[in-house]
Amino acid sequence: MNLFEALRMAANGLLANRLRSSLTMLGILIGVTAVILLVAVGNGASVQINAQIQSLGANVIYVYPSNAKGTAGVSQGFATGQSLTQADVDAINAQSAPDVVAAIPIAQSGGQITYGSQNYFAPTTGTTTAFPQVRDYQLAEGSFFTDDDVNSRHRVVVLGQTVVDNLFGSTDPIGQTIKISRQSFRVIGVFASKGGTGFGSQDNVVVAPITTVWAYLTGARGKVISQIVASATSAATVTQAETEITTILLDRHGISDPNQADFQLQSQQDILTQATSIATALTLVLGAIAGISLVVGGIGIMNIMLVTVTERTREIGIRKAIGARRRDILVQFLIEAMVLSGLGGALGIAVGTLLAHEAPSVPAIASSSFPTPVVSPSSVLLAFFVSVAIGLFFGIYPANRAARLHPIEALRYE
Amino acid sequence: MITLERITKTYRMGKVEVPALQGIDLHVGEGEFVAIMGASGSGKSTLMNIIGCLDVPTSGRYLLDGTDVAKLSDDQLARIRNRKIGFVFQSFNLIPRTSALHNVEMPLIYAGEGSRTTRATVALGAVGLADRMHHQPTELSGGQQQRAAIARALVTDPAILLADEPTGNLDSASSVEIMRLLATLNVEQARTIVLITHEQDIARFARRVVELRDGRIVRDEKPA
Repeated sequence: MNLFEALRMAANGLLANRLRSSLTMLGILIGVTAVILLVAVGNGASVQINAQIQSLGANVIYVYPSNAKGTAGVSQGFATGQSLTQADVDAINAQSAPDVVAAIPIAQSGGQITYGSQNYFAPTTGTTTAFPQVRDYQLAEGSFFTDDDVNSRHRVVVLGQTVVDNLFGSTDPIGQTIKISRQSFRVIGVFASKGGTGFGSQDNVVVAPITTVWAYLTGARGKVISQIVASATSAATVTQAETEITTILLDRHGISDPNQADFQLQSQQDILTQATSIATALTLVLGAIAGISLVVGGIGIMNIMLVTVTERTREIGIRKAIGARRRDILVQFLIEAMVLSGLGGALGIAVGTLLAHEAPSVPAIASSSFPTPVVSPSSVLLAFFVSVAIGLFFGIYPANRAARLHPIEALRYE
Repeated sequence: MITLERITKTYRMGKVEVPALQGIDLHVGEGEFVAIMGASGSGKSTLMNIIGCLDVPTSGRYLLDGTDVAKLSDDQLARIRNRKIGFVFQSFNLIPRTSALHNVEMPLIYAGEGSRTTRATVALGAVGLADRMHHQPTELSGGQQQRAAIARALVTDPAILLADEPTGNLDSASSVEIMRLLATLNVEQARTIVLITHEQDIARFARRVVELRDGRIVRDEKPA
């Protein structure tokens, strides 16, 4: 008996009970639809997170002060140390790190920002002139501050789009004076929007010369550098750049054992890896939940196949009498179960893909930050083979039961 | 063609052993048309199951066309049923929702043989059903269904045709029609036919009558 004959027999058997076959298929269809859709949502979230992190710059490296062990062995905890200095930044910039384009110091300060009667809160970042280059910001209006501004502690700021929207509305901000923690600053530039959401918007920034921030905003804390941001020549050279920075800083800080380093490096790549693993876990959990409904669908197939075998006992007897071997009967019912589940799976893939495709055009979803589902070809293939495998697995018991029927008893069955 | 030697069959019902056949010796030669008769409980169904290789005897030897089939496995028996035996049942036993043509093709499918449609068409033509071969069993009369079943039995060109009460579900006109067909097959194609029946009228079509009672052969004669 060849496969074509077996498929023809299976089709005959399934068509004999159209409603029953469709309902059984529906179980698998819903299961596969759920798997495709939920995995697509998980993938979508993963893609969204990746895009956001990439918008921060894929080749950016952060250096934080770290839990440096003091001579007394007191651990000071993450980012509380003051081990980074302007001299460190200068050393990294001084050509000894060929894979680093530029490094900038960052001093952070919080503070109420006012313009006229408008109030807003945004972190103020003190840095140097290479900031737009390192963090990949473009200017929409005005200009960035100059080395002269840094050297002379000029009270000038460049604002992100979100800050402009909240403080100025339709007024042109260039040349206006705002107050940060009751100190006056002149607005000299506005960044073009980077469009990122979540993770702390890239447009919610106020940037000023680091010397100005030290002089007017950080107050008694002195010339603290909370982090150094460096950009590698490309995403591919991030690892080499990290090594170079580590070597320079260890040397400058007089530390021979890298485990004792009083700073810590983190690249966008590291963040990306972490976020990706979280997104993957999310996808797996969603897929597993959907997988449960697939198992329920499989049990439905087994149930119906058992009923079918009982109903067709006489037919099985006839087939055996005219020469069907055990294997022929087994294959016939297995294929019937696999056609049920495979067809249900294929339809489920179609419905799931369609729903994933149409989801972004549903107004309630479009207006939220719900990720656009992304159907991956691998999940489609996997869903199809899993559904066929479910037919095989849950079909084996009923098919085997049919194959083992004794021909005489089967023929006598009413 | 068929040689049964000291065949016994004992069924076990719980702890009680029920002897169905108690030493059957029977020889059926090629081209014979034998009717096996007997009341219900005489063991004729059991004998038919054994001759038809649907069941194996408890003891004894059964040679079918030279092969000892008493000790064969299930799959080997299936192969013998497929190649050497054609069944005709009382209740026709066509597969429902399947055309007469496809029903007749079925043994060839299991035999894995080619030119199925042609051979099935020829077999249906031989029983006078050429014009109804695309009809399903429910669209055929009892007599037509039994003809289709005979075509199915003959399509693999088996050594023997085993008919178990083939007219039991038919009116007398159809019964005569079917029996004439069997007789013709016996005479014209020299088919060996073993017919099981409890009706004298039907047994008359055969050229030899074997009567069973309580699992033993009590009469074996060729009517004049």
